[in-house]
Amino acid sequence: MQQIRTTADLERLRGSLLQKGDPGKILIRICNTGCRARKSAKVIEAFENEVREQGLQDKVEIKKTGCHGFCEMGPIVVIEPENIFYCRVKPEDTGDIVSETILNGGVVERLLWKDPDTKKFIKCEKDIPFYKKQKKSISFNCGRIDPTDIEDYIAGGGYSALGKALTTMTPAEVVEMVVASGLRGRGGGGFPAGIKWRLCSAAPGNIKYIIANGDEGDPGAFMDRSLMEGDPHSIIEGMIIGAFAIGARHGFIYVRQEYPIAIEHLSIAIQQAEECGLLGKDILGTGLDFTIKIDRGAGAFVCGEETALMISIEGRSGTPRSRPPYPAIEGLWGKPTVLNNVETFGNITKIFSKGADWYSNIGTDNSKGTKIFSLVGKVKNTGLVEVEMGTTLREIIFGIGGGIRKGKRFKAVQTGGPSGGCIPISRIDMPVDYDSLREAGAIMGSGGMIVMDESSCMVDLARYFIQFLLFESCGKCIPCREGLKQMHHILTNICEGRGEHGDIETLTELGRFMTTTSLCGLGGTASNPVLSTIRYFRDEYEAHIYDKKCRAGVCKNLFEYYIDEELCNGCTLCKVKCPEGAITGRKKKPHMIDPQKCIKCGICYSLCKLEAVRVR
Amino acid sequence: MTGCQWTRVHRIFTKRRLTMDLKKVDSILKKHEYRHSEIIGIMQDVQDIENYLPEEILRYISEKLELSLTRIFDIATFYKAFSLVPRGRHIIKVCCGTACHLAGAMQNLEQIKRTLHVREGETTEDRTFSLETVNCLGTCALAPVVQVDEDYHDAVIPGKIDKILAIYSSKDER
Repeated sequence: MQQIRTTADLERLRGSLLQKGDPGKILIRICNTGCRARKSAKVIEAFENEVREQGLQDKVEIKKTGCHGFCEMGPIVVIEPENIFYCRVKPEDTGDIVSETILNGGVVERLLWKDPDTKKFIKCEKDIPFYKKQKKSISFNCGRIDPTDIEDYIAGGGYSALGKALTTMTPAEVVEMVVASGLRGRGGGGFPAGIKWRLCSAAPGNIKYIIANGDEGDPGAFMDRSLMEGDPHSIIEGMIIGAFAIGARHGFIYVRQEYPIAIEHLSIAIQQAEECGLLGKDILGTGLDFTIKIDRGAGAFVCGEETALMISIEGRSGTPRSRPPYPAIEGLWGKPTVLNNVETFGNITKIFSKGADWYSNIGTDNSKGTKIFSLVGKVKNTGLVEVEMGTTLREIIFGIGGGIRKGKRFKAVQTGGPSGGCIPISRIDMPVDYDSLREAGAIMGSGGMIVMDESSCMVDLARYFIQFLLFESCGKCIPCREGLKQMHHILTNICEGRGEHGDIETLTELGRFMTTTSLCGLGGTASNPVLSTIRYFRDEYEAHIYDKKCRAGVCKNLFEYYIDEELCNGCTLCKVKCPEGAITGRKKKPHMIDPQKCIKCGICYSLCKLEAVRVR
Repeated sequence: MTGCQWTRVHRIFTKRRLTMDLKKVDSILKKHEYRHSEIIGIMQDVQDIENYLPEEILRYISEKLELSLTRIFDIATFYKAFSLVPRGRHIIKVCCGTACHLAGAMQNLEQIKRTLHVREGETTEDRTFSLETVNCLGTCALAPVVQVDEDYHDAVIPGKIDKILAIYSSKDER
């Protein structure tokens, strides 16, 4: 690999890479990260075989990219330069794509994205509403470049931000530029990144560390995963800039072990950066020495908390410690440490390549830039979306997400994972930024956005999060350990039909107590899911407690399945599959469920194609 | 950790059985430069090969690193990824992330439990399957997801559980 010793080397390499690229070539971009869950590896293999068999190697380039964002439609194949977007591609479809699109310049209509409202096929990626309304900046490279090839990143302008920061600025100027950009941490709390850097660079000591937090523990959020898998170099570049600013020589990236592809791609990226001389000694001839090591998490949610994460890197069981001293003063092994989310480092790279003014012009007064959200749950279009801060919830859920599935009604959106809260329909026109979300009882968190419809039970959701946190609480401080236990106990009682008068008040009191007295952020925000659902969906709690009814059909003891006689055609599928023999009825005649025998396993409900099995 | 699991851990810890070549452990220790701070990585590497953390290997590591066994045990029981008991040939991970939960992950989990007669964290008697839950696999757009070994099964419904499990049990027979 070519050595990059100065910024001139970097520019020369970029120039030669751009020259080498053949603009007449047809480019097939296939997701090789998120879509692997949908067997995109087989699609890639089929394309490679097809191209080889047809002798098109000189005309066609197959690029294995990161995530395109529209994960629900995977595996996704985009063909350039025409920007044709094929979704749900199977290996057997590759022959048609090659013969129709690549050889004849036509389109395979059945593989295009079909607008569920207008029933029209849309040909180009850029015209699909899901993409059209986004503002891709941090995730721009995901789905475009080959994350396992540093040259592809450099050709697209990569590492120029690093060159600019290292050769034309002093460390203090770098810190001040981050402060001026107004960037707030993307991990959850939204603490200004520049202030953290300033604190750390001013802290006494020769040894300092920089850590990228890729322990994306929030269930329902996967944008960090996508960034680590799809554009690992942007994170590394941001970290090197940070190391220069604060004077760190060693860096760590802490990645969840549930993300094997992220670990693989980051390892490749680090190795390639080392081989080129962009990591290691005397980076770009500026005298900066910096190395990065990857640490795998071992499945503990609390390790996403900064002090716990550092203790985990030190090789102990990750329990948080009290702050102050803040990690910027006393962090990893007692040395000043900057810890930022991986997405924050992606933002840093953008700030230095495009300027602090450009960055601070995007977003709202107090929340700058763009944010990637994982839009999942009951929306039509699920996946990763990147929007400007301040975009309304309505625009995200109905504009980009296409509204609620199966014609159901929107109920609430949960943001911020287990530390966040639920936002009801009445606040759908709220702008999404750090402060508005906090005011509404939720938090930005890492960017999970889980949309719920009328079939989601808010009490069950609150119980789910509390149970999650109960298992993940490290047990060090009493308010969190015992408070969660009590909350879980009360919520379980409510969900199982043993709710009592006064439960709601007890939950509220417990929640407030935990918020003010817990040791770390986990306990401090743990009651948010409960408090926010009580705030907006008190009637649902009351229906569970007083009427013993779960209208959403989630809490087992509080509803029953029945078969709508008018809809049932007597296909006997449910009767055959029922493990308890609770369904009776003759062929082609409406069936019946015996509520005494029914264990509410949901098999009949999930299998009935006519939706004749219902909840009451 | 439940009482039942503790008993099992105790049983495993009192039963001596050599499985992994200790030379392999040496090479792992060397890779991590015998550092105490690397203990989590060392244990992960052992588990990657062994599928669980055998007692004799933990004792060996403790001796070599001069690191107390209690600290190793502390780590092994604190982090969810580690198992002190042997696991099955196929590992079922039911994703219990928020998106999967809302899409019916619990019903899937219960159906698997009913079918295999095991609870979370347990292995079937014939050692074919181990059932585990995971906080989030990061494939939320495909919810609810059940991962078996390296395969992801998306949009799983209780009615399809038996078909999914059959793929793996028939794989073994062949």
